[in-house]
Amino acid sequence: MKQSSSSSSSSRPGKPGLLGQLADFFEDRTGYRAFVHEALYERVPGGARWRYVWGSTLVFAFMTQVITGLVLWASYSASAQTAWESVYYIQHEMAGGWLLRGIHHVMAQMMVVLLALHLMQVVIDGAYRAPREVNFWLGLILMMLVLGMALTGYLLPWDQKGYWATRVATNLAGLVPLIGPSLQQVVVGGPDYGHHTLTRFFALHAGFLPATLVALLVVHLTLFRKHGLCARQPITRPDAMFWPDQVLKDAVAMLAVMAVVLGVILLPALRAVLEGRPIVPGELGAELGAPADPSQPYAAARPEWYFLFLFQFLKVFEGWGASGEFLGAIVVPGLVMGMMFLMPIVGRWDLGHRFNVGFTVALLAGVGLLTALAMREDYCATWIDAAALADVGELIEKTGGDEAQIAATLGNDPEKIRAFATRKKSWDAARHSRAFMDASEQAEVDAARAVALAGRPERIPPTGALELVRGDALSQGPKLFAANCASCHGHIDPQQADAQALLAKTSAANLHGFGTQAWVRGLLDPEQVAGPGYFGNTAHKEGEMVNFVQHDLTDRSIWKPEDIAAVIAGLAAEAGVTHGETTVAPEVALVERGRVLLASSEHCGSCHTFRDNGTAAGSAPDLTGWGSREWLVGIITDPTHERFYGDTNDRMPSFGKAEQGSLPMLPARQIALIADWLRGEWYRPAVAGH
Amino acid sequence: MAGSPEESVKRPPTPDQRRGFLARMLALVCGGLATLPPLVAGLWVVLDPLRRQGGAAAFLPVTELPSVPDDGMPRQFTVIDDRVDAWTGFVAEPIGAVYLRRRPGSQQVEALSATCPHAGCFVEIDKAARCFRCPCHNSTFTLDGGIVAPSPSPRAMDSLECRVEPTGGIAVKWQNFLTGVAAKVVKS
Repeated sequence: MKQSSSSSSSSRPGKPGLLGQLADFFEDRTGYRAFVHEALYERVPGGARWRYVWGSTLVFAFMTQVITGLVLWASYSASAQTAWESVYYIQHEMAGGWLLRGIHHVMAQMMVVLLALHLMQVVIDGAYRAPREVNFWLGLILMMLVLGMALTGYLLPWDQKGYWATRVATNLAGLVPLIGPSLQQVVVGGPDYGHHTLTRFFALHAGFLPATLVALLVVHLTLFRKHGLCARQPITRPDAMFWPDQVLKDAVAMLAVMAVVLGVILLPALRAVLEGRPIVPGELGAELGAPADPSQPYAAARPEWYFLFLFQFLKVFEGWGASGEFLGAIVVPGLVMGMMFLMPIVGRWDLGHRFNVGFTVALLAGVGLLTALAMREDYCATWIDAAALADVGELIEKTGGDEAQIAATLGNDPEKIRAFATRKKSWDAARHSRAFMDASEQAEVDAARAVALAGRPERIPPTGALELVRGDALSQGPKLFAANCASCHGHIDPQQADAQALLAKTSAANLHGFGTQAWVRGLLDPEQVAGPGYFGNTAHKEGEMVNFVQHDLTDRSIWKPEDIAAVIAGLAAEAGVTHGETTVAPEVALVERGRVLLASSEHCGSCHTFRDNGTAAGSAPDLTGWGSREWLVGIITDPTHERFYGDTNDRMPSFGKAEQGSLPMLPARQIALIADWLRGEWYRPAVAGH
Repeated sequence: MAGSPEESVKRPPTPDQRRGFLARMLALVCGGLATLPPLVAGLWVVLDPLRRQGGAAAFLPVTELPSVPDDGMPRQFTVIDDRVDAWTGFVAEPIGAVYLRRRPGSQQVEALSATCPHAGCFVEIDKAARCFRCPCHNSTFTLDGGIVAPSPSPRAMDSLECRVEPTGGIAVKWQNFLTGVAAKVVKS
């Protein structure tokens, strides 16, 4: 624009127009036309080429990061209690936040790709040779700065993914000899990860690194102009000007880069439209995991894809101990970088240039290969046929993995043993991959849940979203149940296909649907009460309750079917489990009748205490408030209490009872979470999505 | 290098020149389009606060009648309410302050906002001088909130609707007003 106005003012004779006068005013005081001219009318030897666009697209990508980064900065809050929360707010609540974050996130990855392309072009064209050595070195430093920004940016949302990946990265920094531990502590901002890790990473990401980058970029571009473009040889076409010939190619390339970025962001939206699902803007662009939690394992931790090769490379040194990690994470990458810095020297000889090209191609191929290997390890379960390897797992389980026993089972046939070893490798790989994929899937579920909780009308408490997640029965219940209850109890839907096989492995009651009428109906079913879903695998299999259900309850002279139905309704009414459903009006009369039977000394009340029926505690669990939150918390806390099983308790630990001078197995809060989860009580958004 | 001015004097333009013009326009259009998404996304997010609205004014319980003696001297009370700040939900947070006053023998309670109508500073009470004074620009008000001329404040202190519940609780309709203007306009 400046160019066109200045040329029009100089081409027309006579008095210039208002715009021209203004331009002249500034020209007289700044001499900007010379600058603009200098910037635009650079000679491109041999004409404009597509292969020269990479540097410009990198500058463009960086400018995009500056624009989007500054606006993100205006909404981001760097502290352990607000980082995830503010990013959640940007992504899910601020208008256009998903697009802004999406562009910043995808363009960051794009920059890494463009860096690789730019580097390749420079090396292949020999643009690092005299007199351009210093500019090549500057380029390498710029590359490291960009990678540094990628690394520091990954942590800022303070989600599980960024948190665990950064822990690994900073621990590796601790391997540097002598200063390692101190270096790590300085970077992390203290002995532990927290507020100052975020403020430091943020200052690096948005301040120190980009400021250094801008300063070096200015020198890089100035030197580039000083030396001129390193043209592709031999020159066969006439020279052209940077403006507009090369600029046009650059601009088209920039547009293509932006199109790819937008494509990556919007593709899931297109898929949603095609599949007839509603588009949820918050789910587009950059993902946001569950809030960082140092107390929760995160098996899906991986660096961003462009660092996967380093991650995979470290595995080569597995079993070497700390010195192996030091080699893999610091020495070898350091040597490779050193090699690249030496390229201009090596490239002085013709053979040296070929070596450099070969080295760069081999390096990128190696990076590609390692990345592919890492991906394969993570996702091989998708194509390895697990069913065909089932016998491997069975044999290992049967023998406890003892090699001698396995060999014996295979008839000590070396051929078979070798074949088994090969298959065991596949089986192992598939198992690891499956674990990773399950963890990734779980991470997505946890992330979606954290977002749903953050969207509650009460908003996020000042203590942060992690507090919400930790207090959420839906996400914590299954984990606590798996860690503390599932070694004995099942939580298996009886309707699912493999229910019986799974139940056979349990040694205590199936707690799926505990408290519902269906559960009580099963308990009072002579066919089921001694089965694996109830008392079948416990000491109570021979107990009075089983005896009662199998004999007394089937005696129609004492128990009429309608009375059993009343007891079922009455007991379930004590639990009041709704699973979030709007309560179906209970059959009041039936429940009333059930309560009478529960209390009656002729019926349940002969053993069980129920309200004020006077039956002494200790012979059988108290049915008052059976299955309610309070009752469940009570029995998990201490099943040996006389209100529950007393002396007849079969192996169930008293999770909430503290032994002398020690802590209970589970804090009261976690016991309450298990109770809430079993009862299906957790926050449910009023409408799906918002 | 500087050959273009002389060339453009000649007409009609050569095919080369026409091609050059096209290339220039195309370069500008492509460059402009490529830069647009980050600018649009940035502006979109920057303007997000315009979509947000404060909560509707509500009567909030402030204190009990006996805490406001009928001696005509205003007393300062903290207003407490649940508050949402972007993503954070605060429960029962101090959100501001009011002055409550009862004239001798009266059961009527008068409420004044502690926010100075001039520039929004917190008006203090000067018990010795029996007046309100703003520490920022010395706006002075009488004990019933009336303006004491000359004053930087364009209007008297903002009175708030106030009611005494049958139980003796005092509730104040919590509102903010535009500062710096003569008219008392509710800030939305």
